[in-house]
Amino acid sequence: MYSHKISCKKEKLVEIRGFVHDVLKQMKLPDLEVNTMVLAVDEVCANLIIHSHQCNPKDHLELRITPSSKTVTFEIVDYGMGFNIDKYEEPKLHDIVKSRRKGGIGLMLVRRIMDKVEYIKGSNHNIYRLSKNL
Amino acid sequence: MVEISSEVESDICFITVKGDVDASSSIHLDQSINEATRQFKKILIDCQHLNYISSAGLGVFMSYINDLEEKGIKMILFNMSPKVHHVFEILGLDQLLKITGTEAEAKEIVNGV
Repeated sequence: MYSHKISCKKEKLVEIRGFVHDVLKQMKLPDLEVNTMVLAVDEVCANLIIHSHQCNPKDHLELRITPSSKTVTFEIVDYGMGFNIDKYEEPKLHDIVKSRRKGGIGLMLVRRIMDKVEYIKGSNHNIYRLSKNL
Repeated sequence: MVEISSEVESDICFITVKGDVDASSSIHLDQSINEATRQFKKILIDCQHLNYISSAGLGVFMSYINDLEEKGIKMILFNMSPKVHHVFEILGLDQLLKITGTEAEAKEIVNGV
Protein backbone atom coordinates (compact mmCIF):
# COMPACT_ATOMS: atom_id res chain seq x y z
CA MET A 1 0.00 0.00 0.00
CA TYR A 2 1.20 3.49 -0.89
CA SER A 3 0.02 6.54 0.99
CA HIS A 4 0.37 10.28 0.76
CA LYS A 5 -1.02 13.12 2.85
CA ILE A 6 -1.74 16.64 1.66
CA SER A 7 -3.21 19.77 3.20
CA CYS A 8 -6.50 21.02 1.77
CA LYS A 9 -5.18 23.55 -0.71
CA LYS A 10 -6.04 23.49 -4.41
CA GLU A 11 -2.37 24.09 -5.20
CA LYS A 12 -1.66 20.67 -3.67
CA LEU A 13 -3.62 18.86 -6.39
CA VAL A 14 -0.55 18.77 -8.61
CA GLU A 15 1.28 16.92 -5.83
CA ILE A 16 -1.51 14.33 -5.56
CA ARG A 17 -1.45 13.82 -9.32
CA GLY A 18 2.30 13.32 -9.30
CA PHE A 19 2.00 10.74 -6.53
CA VAL A 20 -0.76 8.75 -8.30
CA HIS A 21 1.09 8.97 -11.61
CA ASP A 22 4.33 7.64 -10.11
CA VAL A 23 2.63 4.69 -8.39
CA LEU A 24 0.69 3.71 -11.52
CA LYS A 25 3.69 4.05 -13.80
CA GLN A 26 5.51 1.52 -11.63
CA MET A 27 2.73 -0.90 -12.54
CA LYS A 28 3.58 -0.41 -16.22
CA LEU A 29 0.04 0.63 -17.15
CA PRO A 30 -0.60 2.44 -20.46
CA ASP A 31 -0.37 6.26 -20.39
CA LEU A 32 -4.03 6.76 -21.30
CA GLU A 33 -5.19 4.58 -18.43
CA VAL A 34 -2.78 6.19 -15.98
CA ASN A 35 -4.02 9.64 -16.96
CA THR A 36 -7.69 8.78 -16.50
CA MET A 37 -7.10 7.28 -13.05
CA VAL A 38 -5.02 10.31 -12.06
CA LEU A 39 -7.94 12.43 -13.25
CA ALA A 40 -10.53 10.53 -11.18
CA VAL A 41 -8.48 10.87 -7.99
CA ASP A 42 -7.82 14.54 -8.73
CA GLU A 43 -11.56 15.15 -9.15
CA VAL A 44 -12.52 13.58 -5.81
CA CYS A 45 -9.70 15.40 -3.99
CA ALA A 46 -10.62 18.74 -5.62
CA ASN A 47 -14.26 18.27 -4.59
CA LEU A 48 -13.31 17.50 -1.00
CA ILE A 49 -10.77 20.33 -0.75
CA ILE A 50 -13.21 22.91 -2.15
CA HIS A 51 -16.61 21.77 -0.87
CA SER A 52 -15.95 19.76 2.30
CA HIS A 53 -12.93 21.71 3.59
CA GLN A 54 -13.40 25.14 1.98
CA CYS A 55 -9.69 25.11 1.06
CA ASN A 56 -8.65 25.22 4.72
CA PRO A 57 -4.91 24.39 4.72
CA LYS A 58 -5.15 23.16 8.34
CA ASP A 59 -7.29 20.24 7.15
CA HIS A 60 -5.77 17.21 5.47
CA LEU A 61 -6.60 14.44 3.02
CA GLU A 62 -4.87 11.11 3.02
CA LEU A 63 -4.65 9.09 -0.17
CA ARG A 64 -3.96 5.37 -0.11
CA ILE A 65 -3.34 3.30 -3.20
CA THR A 66 -3.51 -0.48 -3.07
CA PRO A 67 -2.55 -2.19 -6.31
CA SER A 68 -3.22 -5.86 -6.98
CA SER A 69 -2.95 -8.00 -10.09
CA LYS A 70 -6.61 -7.41 -11.02
CA THR A 71 -7.53 -4.05 -9.53
CA VAL A 72 -6.20 -0.79 -8.21
CA THR A 73 -7.99 0.65 -5.19
CA PHE A 74 -7.72 4.29 -4.22
CA GLU A 75 -8.94 5.44 -0.82
CA ILE A 76 -9.19 9.10 0.02
CA VAL A 77 -9.64 9.62 3.75
CA ASP A 78 -10.73 12.85 5.40
CA TYR A 79 -12.09 14.04 8.71
CA GLY A 80 -15.22 16.13 8.96
CA MET A 81 -18.54 16.34 7.24
CA GLY A 82 -18.72 13.58 4.68
CA PHE A 83 -20.20 13.65 1.23
CA ASN A 84 -21.95 10.56 -0.03
CA ILE A 85 -20.35 10.33 -3.42
CA ASP A 86 -22.28 7.15 -4.10
CA LYS A 87 -25.66 8.86 -3.77
CA TYR A 88 -24.72 11.88 -5.85
CA GLU A 89 -27.30 12.59 -8.55
CA GLU A 90 -25.77 13.41 -11.88
CA PRO A 91 -26.90 16.55 -13.63
CA LYS A 92 -27.60 16.32 -17.36
CA LEU A 93 -24.76 17.53 -19.56
CA HIS A 94 -27.25 19.47 -21.69
CA ASP A 95 -28.52 21.36 -18.61
CA ILE A 96 -24.99 22.31 -17.57
CA VAL A 97 -24.24 23.66 -21.06
CA LYS A 98 -27.54 25.57 -21.10
CA SER A 99 -26.97 27.12 -17.69
CA ARG A 100 -23.35 28.10 -18.59
CA ARG A 101 -22.19 26.49 -15.35
CA LYS A 102 -18.49 25.79 -15.06
CA GLY A 103 -18.79 23.04 -12.48
CA GLY A 104 -20.71 19.84 -12.00
CA ILE A 105 -19.01 17.30 -14.21
CA GLY A 106 -16.16 16.14 -11.95
CA LEU A 107 -18.02 13.28 -10.35
CA MET A 108 -19.53 12.29 -13.69
CA LEU A 109 -15.98 11.74 -14.92
CA VAL A 110 -15.11 9.73 -11.81
CA ARG A 111 -18.06 7.39 -12.40
CA ARG A 112 -17.22 6.91 -16.06
CA ILE A 113 -13.57 6.17 -15.30
CA MET A 114 -13.82 3.94 -12.23
CA ASP A 115 -15.54 0.57 -11.97
CA LYS A 116 -16.71 1.08 -8.40
CA VAL A 117 -17.22 4.24 -6.33
CA GLU A 118 -18.02 3.86 -2.64
CA TYR A 119 -18.50 6.10 0.37
CA ILE A 120 -17.75 4.67 3.79
CA LYS A 121 -18.68 6.68 6.88
CA GLY A 122 -16.42 6.00 9.86
CA SER A 123 -16.90 7.19 13.44
CA ASN A 124 -14.95 10.39 12.84
CA HIS A 125 -13.65 10.01 9.32
CA ASN A 126 -14.84 9.36 5.78
CA ILE A 127 -13.45 7.04 3.17
CA TYR A 128 -14.03 7.61 -0.54
CA ARG A 129 -13.05 4.38 -2.24
CA LEU A 130 -12.51 4.15 -5.99
CA SER A 131 -11.73 0.83 -7.64
CA LYS A 132 -10.53 0.20 -11.15
CA ASN A 133 -10.36 -3.22 -12.74
CA LEU A 134 -7.25 -3.85 -14.79
CA MET B 1 0.66 25.49 -13.14
CA VAL B 2 -0.69 26.83 -16.39
CA GLU B 3 0.75 29.37 -18.76
CA ILE B 4 -1.61 31.07 -21.17
CA SER B 5 -0.68 33.54 -23.86
CA SER B 6 -2.70 35.23 -26.57
CA GLU B 7 -1.73 36.79 -29.84
CA VAL B 8 -3.63 38.22 -32.77
CA GLU B 9 -3.11 37.33 -36.42
CA SER B 10 -5.34 39.45 -38.66
CA ASP B 11 -8.86 38.75 -37.33
CA ILE B 12 -7.98 35.56 -35.41
CA CYS B 13 -7.16 35.38 -31.71
CA PHE B 14 -4.67 32.60 -30.94
CA ILE B 15 -4.61 31.33 -27.39
CA THR B 16 -1.78 29.00 -26.36
CA VAL B 17 -2.30 26.86 -23.27
CA LYS B 18 0.71 25.23 -21.61
CA GLY B 19 0.80 23.00 -18.54
CA ASP B 20 -2.01 21.75 -16.32
CA VAL B 21 -5.53 23.18 -16.24
CA ASP B 22 -7.05 22.03 -12.96
CA ALA B 23 -9.23 23.39 -10.15
CA SER B 24 -6.47 25.79 -9.09
CA SER B 25 -5.61 27.17 -12.52
CA SER B 26 -8.78 27.01 -14.65
CA ILE B 27 -9.63 30.60 -13.76
CA HIS B 28 -6.76 31.79 -15.98
CA LEU B 29 -8.13 29.87 -18.96
CA ASP B 30 -11.56 31.33 -18.26
CA GLN B 31 -10.20 34.88 -18.19
CA SER B 32 -8.39 34.43 -21.52
CA ILE B 33 -11.37 32.95 -23.32
CA ASN B 34 -13.68 35.53 -21.80
CA GLU B 35 -11.47 38.35 -23.05
CA ALA B 36 -11.17 36.79 -26.51
CA THR B 37 -14.94 36.30 -26.91
CA ARG B 38 -15.49 39.99 -26.21
CA GLN B 39 -13.28 41.07 -29.11
CA PHE B 40 -13.05 38.29 -31.69
CA LYS B 41 -15.31 36.11 -33.81
CA LYS B 42 -12.49 33.66 -34.55
CA ILE B 43 -10.61 32.00 -31.71
CA LEU B 44 -8.03 29.23 -32.10
CA ILE B 45 -6.70 27.43 -29.04
CA ASP B 46 -3.35 25.66 -29.35
CA CYS B 47 -3.32 22.67 -26.99
CA GLN B 48 0.03 21.19 -28.03
CA HIS B 49 1.55 21.84 -24.62
CA LEU B 50 -1.62 21.27 -22.63
CA ASN B 51 -0.36 18.47 -20.45
CA TYR B 52 -3.44 17.83 -18.31
CA ILE B 53 -7.05 18.95 -18.03
CA SER B 54 -9.56 18.19 -15.29
CA SER B 55 -13.29 18.88 -15.09
CA ALA B 56 -12.54 22.46 -14.03
CA GLY B 57 -10.94 23.09 -17.43
CA LEU B 58 -13.61 21.15 -19.35
CA GLY B 59 -16.20 23.19 -17.47
CA VAL B 60 -14.65 26.43 -18.71
CA PHE B 61 -14.96 25.32 -22.35
CA MET B 62 -18.49 24.03 -21.77
CA SER B 63 -19.63 27.30 -20.23
CA TYR B 64 -18.92 29.14 -23.50
CA ILE B 65 -20.76 26.76 -25.86
CA ASN B 66 -24.01 28.77 -25.71
CA ASP B 67 -22.24 32.12 -25.95
CA LEU B 68 -20.32 31.01 -29.03
CA GLU B 69 -23.52 29.98 -30.75
CA GLU B 70 -25.43 33.10 -29.79
CA LYS B 71 -22.65 35.48 -30.79
CA GLY B 72 -21.61 33.58 -33.92
CA ILE B 73 -18.08 33.01 -32.64
CA LYS B 74 -15.99 30.16 -34.03
CA MET B 75 -13.69 28.60 -31.45
CA ILE B 76 -11.46 25.69 -32.47
CA LEU B 77 -9.12 23.65 -30.29
CA PHE B 78 -6.19 22.02 -32.08
CA ASN B 79 -2.92 20.10 -31.57
CA MET B 80 -4.34 18.15 -28.64
CA SER B 81 -2.42 15.12 -27.33
CA PRO B 82 -4.26 11.76 -27.34
CA LYS B 83 -4.42 11.64 -23.52
CA VAL B 84 -5.99 15.11 -23.28
CA HIS B 85 -8.35 14.37 -26.19
CA HIS B 86 -9.46 11.23 -24.37
CA VAL B 87 -10.58 13.33 -21.39
CA PHE B 88 -12.87 15.34 -23.72
CA GLU B 89 -14.21 12.05 -25.12
CA ILE B 90 -15.19 10.53 -21.77
CA LEU B 91 -18.32 12.71 -21.50
CA GLY B 92 -18.71 13.34 -25.23
CA LEU B 93 -17.46 16.92 -25.08
CA ASP B 94 -15.44 16.27 -28.22
CA GLN B 95 -18.83 16.30 -29.99
CA LEU B 96 -19.97 19.58 -28.43
CA LEU B 97 -16.75 21.50 -29.08
CA LYS B 98 -14.79 21.86 -32.31
CA ILE B 99 -11.49 19.99 -32.04
CA THR B 100 -9.11 19.46 -34.97
CA GLY B 101 -5.67 18.01 -35.50
CA THR B 102 -3.52 20.78 -36.91
CA GLU B 103 -3.33 24.55 -36.95
CA ALA B 104 -3.84 24.54 -40.73
CA GLU B 105 -7.09 22.56 -40.37
CA ALA B 106 -8.23 24.85 -37.57
CA LYS B 107 -7.57 27.92 -39.75
CA GLU B 108 -9.48 26.39 -42.65
CA ILE B 109 -12.50 25.80 -40.47
CA VAL B 110 -12.40 29.18 -38.80
CA ASN B 111 -12.04 30.94 -42.17
CA GLY B 112 -14.82 28.81 -43.66
CA VAL B 113 -12.59 27.40 -46.41
